[in-house]
Amino acid sequence: MPETGIREITFAEAVREALAEEMRRDSRVFIMGEDVAEAGTPFKVLSGLVEEFGTARVVDTPISEAGFTGVGVGAAMTGLRPVVDIMFGDFITLTMDQMANQAAKVHYMSGGKWKVPMVMRTTLGAARRSAAQHSQSLHAWFSHIPGLKVVLPATPYDAKGLLKSAIRDDNPVIFFEDKMSFKLKGPVPEAEYTIPLGVADIKRLGTDITLLGTSSMVQVALEAAVMLEQAGISAEVVDPRTTWPLDEHTLIESVKKTSRAIVIDEGYGRYGVAAEIAATIAEGAFHYLDGPVKRMGAMHVPIPFSPPLEDLTVPTGKTVFDTAMKLCGRS
Amino acid sequence: MTTVSDPTRTSAGVGVEKWLRMYRQMMAIRLFEENVNELYTRALMPGLAHLYIGEEAIAVGVCEALRPDDYVTSTHRGHGHCLAKGASPKLMFAELLGKEAGYCRGKGGSMHIADPATGNLGANAIVAGSVGIATGAALSAKTLKSGQVAVCFFGEGALGQGVLYECMNLAQLWKLPVIYVCENNMYTEYTHFSETTAGDIPARASAFGVRAETVDGQDVRAVHAVATDLADRARRGEGPAFLLCNTYRYRGHHVGDINREYYRSKKEEQQWLAESDPIKNFAEWLKSQKHADASTLGTIDSELRAEMDQAVKFAVGAPYPGADEVDQDVYA
Repeated sequence: MPETGIREITFAEAVREALAEEMRRDSRVFIMGEDVAEAGTPFKVLSGLVEEFGTARVVDTPISEAGFTGVGVGAAMTGLRPVVDIMFGDFITLTMDQMANQAAKVHYMSGGKWKVPMVMRTTLGAARRSAAQHSQSLHAWFSHIPGLKVVLPATPYDAKGLLKSAIRDDNPVIFFEDKMSFKLKGPVPEAEYTIPLGVADIKRLGTDITLLGTSSMVQVALEAAVMLEQAGISAEVVDPRTTWPLDEHTLIESVKKTSRAIVIDEGYGRYGVAAEIAATIAEGAFHYLDGPVKRMGAMHVPIPFSPPLEDLTVPTGKTVFDTAMKLCGRS
Repeated sequence: MTTVSDPTRTSAGVGVEKWLRMYRQMMAIRLFEENVNELYTRALMPGLAHLYIGEEAIAVGVCEALRPDDYVTSTHRGHGHCLAKGASPKLMFAELLGKEAGYCRGKGGSMHIADPATGNLGANAIVAGSVGIATGAALSAKTLKSGQVAVCFFGEGALGQGVLYECMNLAQLWKLPVIYVCENNMYTEYTHFSETTAGDIPARASAFGVRAETVDGQDVRAVHAVATDLADRARRGEGPAFLLCNTYRYRGHHVGDINREYYRSKKEEQQWLAESDPIKNFAEWLKSQKHADASTLGTIDSELRAEMDQAVKFAVGAPYPGADEVDQDVYA
């Protein structure tokens, strides 16, 4: 990346830039969802877009997630490229038939004749004191369904490049944004770029242990890596960036090098993304491992409201550090 | 806004050629379905077969009011809609038997026929599953100013699904060119619709301001007339419509549903067959108007029988997909 032409912008600004650029590039791209136009969503991620593109392309909908997601599927099949906005990731429950039974299956069931070039943008992540119905990280649900692609950007740079690729993809893509990352700042080139779906990124090089983090947990892994460095342990931080397609090669190669792995994902620990990645590593790097692959995720409880309780449910730099120390025989 | 369609509003601008085409299309569906029944009972067809026999006037009356590039979505009981929109029986049978030559390379089957060439967005095995898709196609038509209309066929069972009302609300808000065609064949699988449906059906649509009409679904002329009005209206940008077609499913929920007396009587079935068969009644009308005589209609019937025989032969002899097909087209 050249030094010139790089600014620091927030995650939310990166998302907004990706949308604006793609909407300028392709008149078929439009946004549809609750409070997306003048309000720019409760997180203000879309502020300013309706002023540039008008209400025909930044479309406010009723609170009808199933309905407007289904409309997105049909519009995508017939010549438009919708970006459907689901305000909170918890509300994907309401869109499940449209995504899992319709969007995911149209291409296959039609023998490859119809396509669904559609993006669903939604959120994940706890720690906002929003309680059990506005705090979940449900990306494993979509990752389970053949026909869908799932993107988990962790930085402003990744958010912009991956969202542009998602919009240009001819498949239904679900793009999860961590609510706590919207204000995260990071370097983003001014020049146009895209990041292909299915390519992991090594966020920090290391030799003793691999911390595989997704989305919100990438920053947690980086924080733990700094603490581990002070304890004399060199941690590599790898971010898959997409759960499907999954860059198995990069994950496995990192663990072959370090011999130890912790997978950190904010979804529920049981039957989740962390379990799948841990199994992938166990299968691909078994003979290189010096210990079991550890999983860290949200506790298996509905996310509680009370701040001291909520904070217990999600991995932190400290809990990842402690787990890593144990795995390295240093506790 | 609920109106019962005027039975006299049936023939304006329709010539003999078109009437005969409608007869041919209805008879094609009937014969296609009789062949499906035969294939299924001979164990040549895997899966399930939901026959459209008795409801032919709706698919034909509506699709004959559409342009070739207009969109339709269909249901698990969808063979009639696909054929009425122009699907080839040969490729339909091949799909029903799971053969590679089928519309979906054998991967969709009876409940999922889809064909972009005839505007068929796909038959859907989730009840009300295609309401969003049809409404979205109408959004594309409006946005791209293509002049197309989308028709969403569904049975009265779909009236129980919330997504239908979400989409009708959106369609009316955005004045989308979509027609929701509700085929009330009276039985939601094995349950009479009166046990599942409160209130007045068209009133559910008119509550949103959606134009609602009710028509005798056994009368192809009446269906065609009202569908023509609604399609023209949608094309003019006047918004969506809901068309309730009262009809009857002559056969069981699926081919294996033989003993039906626990949910409906033989007497009721016989009465519908005797008095309200859409093809028989239309044939009588054609003859009474001197549009056709028995021999003209007989010729159509035998041509169709020969076509169906050939189509079945083609499908039975066609190869299954190779094993390498199994993971093709998961992603575009």
